[in-house]
Parts: sequence; structure tokens; C-alpha cells
Amino acid sequence: MKAENRIGYQTVEYKNKPLIAAYACAVGPREGQGPLGDQFDLVAQSPEFGQESYEKAEAALLREACHICLSKAGKGEKSIQAMLGGDLLNQIMASSLAARELKIPFLGLYGACSTMAESLLVGGMLCDGGYASPLLCTAGSHYATAERQYRYPLEYACQRTPAAQWTVTGAGAVMLSLDENSEKKPRVRLVRGCMGRVVDMGIADANNMGAAMAPAAAATLCAYFDDTKDDPRSFDRIITGDLGMVGSELLLEWSEKLGHPLPEEKMMDCGLTIFHPSQDSHAGGSGCGCAASVLCAHILPKIERGEWKKVLFMATGALLSPTTSQQGETIPGIAHAVVIEGVQE
Amino acid sequence: MILMYIKAFLVGGALCALGEIIILKTKLTPARILVCYITAGVILSAVGLYAPIVKFAGAGATVPLTGFGHTLAQGAISAVQEIGLLGAFTGGLAAASGGIAAAIFFGFLAAVCFKPKPKQ
Amino acid sequence: MQKSPSKQQFIQQYKRMVSAVTPKSKAAQGCLRAFWVGGVICVLGQVLIDVSMYFWQFSYTQGACFASISLVFLTALLTGIGIFDVIGKYAGAGTVVPITGFANAMVSPAMEFRPEGWVLGTGARLFTIAGPVLVYGIAASVLVGVIYYFLVL
Repeated sequence: MKAENRIGYQTVEYKNKPLIAAYACAVGPREGQGPLGDQFDLVAQSPEFGQESYEKAEAALLREACHICLSKAGKGEKSIQAMLGGDLLNQIMASSLAARELKIPFLGLYGACSTMAESLLVGGMLCDGGYASPLLCTAGSHYATAERQYRYPLEYACQRTPAAQWTVTGAGAVMLSLDENSEKKPRVRLVRGCMGRVVDMGIADANNMGAAMAPAAAATLCAYFDDTKDDPRSFDRIITGDLGMVGSELLLEWSEKLGHPLPEEKMMDCGLTIFHPSQDSHAGGSGCGCAASVLCAHILPKIERGEWKKVLFMATGALLSPTTSQQGETIPGIAHAVVIEGVQE
Repeated sequence: MILMYIKAFLVGGALCALGEIIILKTKLTPARILVCYITAGVILSAVGLYAPIVKFAGAGATVPLTGFGHTLAQGAISAVQEIGLLGAFTGGLAAASGGIAAAIFFGFLAAVCFKPKPKQ
Repeated sequence: MQKSPSKQQFIQQYKRMVSAVTPKSKAAQGCLRAFWVGGVICVLGQVLIDVSMYFWQFSYTQGACFASISLVFLTALLTGIGIFDVIGKYAGAGTVVPITGFANAMVSPAMEFRPEGWVLGTGARLFTIAGPVLVYGIAASVLVGVIYYFLVL
């Protein structure tokens, strides 16, 4: 039997167009001081978020984002049929801890910083196929836990290179649903998704993740445009997760080289949106929480208000582990994309 | 006296600036720089090149990690002179024990007293 | 993994693009900062040696040891209250190369891994960054002692 919702090589079509019923995000204080500061649902007073450890704080932020999302939709935990999500920790522990409290059937995902797009992509299929509705798609990250796992202790004195990025402390939760008759009429839905391939162009520098991820981003975009014959200009925005300053420029150059020039004025990067340049985040924000919180605080509201009609949301991930990095392995990159549309009245 | 401070400043500063150049040119992590410096200090000291620098610059040569290597090497050599082959094993650590014990002790103490914080 | 020549070329092309786009650290500024901060730390060490020799009649070796311990203490204190990493961010190798860098490399993981317990957290992880320094420094000094024993004596 043929997979009938498949378009071309990597793209899927959501026939029932799952609705985005509600969304919420919770972030850390540094993000709260950024340009999107007043758009987040919850800004934590401190990076500890009242917890004993930063890992627990990360889990609590994610849980809080889910709670706010549920209350916005006016639904209880029991009525949610699945939760998909992941984070940057070993064994995606923050998500597991959050799911332990929420008691919703949980599917853990790991896509490094691409996790938000991955959870939407897979969640969209579950919802569209009639396997779960409503369901939650989540992702989160925390600066302090990512630093200690991938880099150095917080108080270790070292200089970051100009291409280094700053892991965002934040979490986002998006509720997908097939139900058109909910009280607050949702105005946003998922139309298509594009599964990314792992692309590795031999970048080994863990302080230049934008460069490691840009080829994967270009590959996914090219695959999407090849599969669907869509015009890049038909989108109001083509949004990348956390390519940062270096990666965004490389994406433009490399896509052009691959034969799919992108409209520069329509490109946007969450990592470059979340912090002020004066916040000393070097090449921009990164982490699962970066794409997740900007999606829920900035992108979805704009679509809901009708300012944007159709956007391509693509989060990129650098699939690196400290172990294989130390063994000299290069960094595999990945990018997943979903197309989000405003519902026409 | 003042001259000694100037020499310490210049030599110590030069060793640090050299480290910065190595970090920028080779992308070595700071931990590797520390290993390189201490090993270089041991070797330079063993072949007799580091003692003159210490004599010239004082703390400018002993405070950088190469000086730590120098202490280790000189400790090992003088212990070998005193008690023979056994000294190769006891001398180095004994000479450098102050700094190492202090780092362990104060490290532990800091863990008791303080919590790490991400910068805003 | 075996890669075909054209794939190889493709990757080389991308790597050239990456090095053209990636911003470089400011070398001259970095060296200057490392120079003056490192220099000041060394002068501080010299002051500590001189003071201890003058007031407590320490020998030069004892004075140097006192200076090391004092600098380590100072680093631990500044690391604990969260100032040392700010200085290190400014100075780069200026704080890494002096003994302050060694001390910070011990103190910061000791604090960082405290939530994992006193034994397996603080106790074991104290050496994660500075451990190699001790391994190579001490191993080299033993080797020097052994060679000295057989060659010179």
C-alpha cells in the first residue's frame, strides 16, 4: 500500500489540517529581558525557578508551559491523549520528569535543538491520522544544564568565541487538536511537514554550531521545495530555529549553491530574535527552548492575528555528544520543518 | 625592588599573551593550554632553561603554570640528589604540594559555601 | 568512511565558505588584555613573596609557596562569589595561564557538581578539568627525576 499522505521524497501532507488549539511558553529571566520579554506567558524570577537543581528547574519550566497551555485551552490533563517532547539532557531527563507529573501518555523525542519542529511534525501525524487528539507538542532547554553537560562549569572562566551561541532557558508547549468545536475558535493550523535527513559537512567545532547545522537546514528546505514545487516567496516568513548569525548567512549562501535561492527579506531566525545584541549572546540563542519559546511567544500570535498568513517553521539541531566530539567525530546536523497557516475565515 | 615588579609584570604578561596567541591560533581548549604549559615548564626546567628566567623575573616566572612545572621538576631533581631513585617519585609532588592541597581544600570549601549562578 | 572525490570537493567548498563567514576573535585586543591582567597577577604574586619574606622571614621557596596558596585562595573566593568568570571572560589566557587558572579549574567543577553529592559530585568531579594538569605535570617530573638519576648521578 502506498503512503498516501506523502508528497515526494521527504514531505508529508496533513489531510485533516490539525488545529493549533492553544500554545504557551515559559522562559528564564535573561530571555525575559530580551526583545520578546513582554510576549512570554511566564518569565521565571531566577534561573533556579525555585528548584534545588537546574535540571529540576528545566523540568519545572516545561511543566509550567504545559499547565498554562492546558488552562488556555480549558482542558484537564486527563483529556490530553498524548504528549511529545524532548530536551538537550542525557536521556531527555527534563521532559521525563515533567511528564511524570503530568500523567499524560508520553513519547520522548530527541532532535537536539530541532526538537520543537520534530514534535510538531510527529504530533501533526498522530493527530491527523486520528491516533491522538488533543495532544501536546513540547520542547525545552536550560542554559545551566546545557553548559554543564556540553561545555564547562558555570563559574569556569573561559572566553566564548564570536561564533558561539547561548542556550536559551525556556520551554514551549503547543496543543494540536482535530476538534473544530472548541469554545475559543483556533485560527492556526498545520498543513505540511518535512522530515529532515542527517547532513554532516565535516564541521567539528562545537563552538560553531550554526555552521554545522546550516547544510541540514538547506537540505530540508531544498527537499521541501523540490517535493511540493512551492515558491519560497509564497511564505510570509521562512523561520529557522537557532542557526544564529553565522548559520543564517551560511544557509542563504549554501541554498543558493544548491539551486534554491531563498528570499532574504523573508528569512527569520529565532536565535537572532530572542536576545538583544547588547545581551552578549555572541552569534545568537540556541537550544530546543529557543525555537519553542519564540514559536509560542511571537510566531503563532502573529499568525493568529493575521499578520502572517503562512510560515515555514524549521528548527535545526546539532546532533553532537561530548563523547563522540572528544573522539574526533564531526557534528551531524538535522532540520525538520512544518508549514503553519492561518485559518481563513 | 620596583625593577623586580616591572620584570615580573613583563615576563608574566608575556607568558599569558603567548597563551592567548596559542588559544586563538590553534583552537586548543584552556585545559589543554594548562597541560602544555605545565609540561613545558617541567621540560624547560629539567634542561636548565627555566631557572634563569625565574632568577630574572621572580613571580613573573613562578606564578604562571610553567613555574608550577618548574617547581615539580626541581623538586624531583633535588630529591633524587638527596635520597636516590625514590626521590623521583616523592620530590615533585612534595615541592608542589602547597598549591595542589590549597586548590583541593579551597575548591571543597567553595562548594560548601557557594552555588554556581548563570550570568544574566 | 570513504568519500568520493566530488563529495570531498563539495565539503571543502563548504568549509571555505564557513571560514569566510565565521567572525574571528580580535587577536591584538585579546593578547593585550591577557598581557596586562596576567602581568598584574604575577606582580601580585611577587608582592606576596616579598611581604612574607619581610614580615615572617620566610625563605624564598616558602614565600613562593605562600604566594601560590594565597592566589589559589583568592581565586576560590572570587570564583565562589561569581566574579572570577567575568574577569576570565575579559582576560582570556591572562587568568588561565597563571596558577589562578589551575585553581579556577578545580573550584568551578567542585561547586558545579555539588548537586550530585559530596562524594561523586564535588569529590570526584573536582578533577575533571585540572586532573590532566596534575597527571602530565607529575608524570613528567617523575620521568625527569628518573632520567636525572641514571644520566647525571
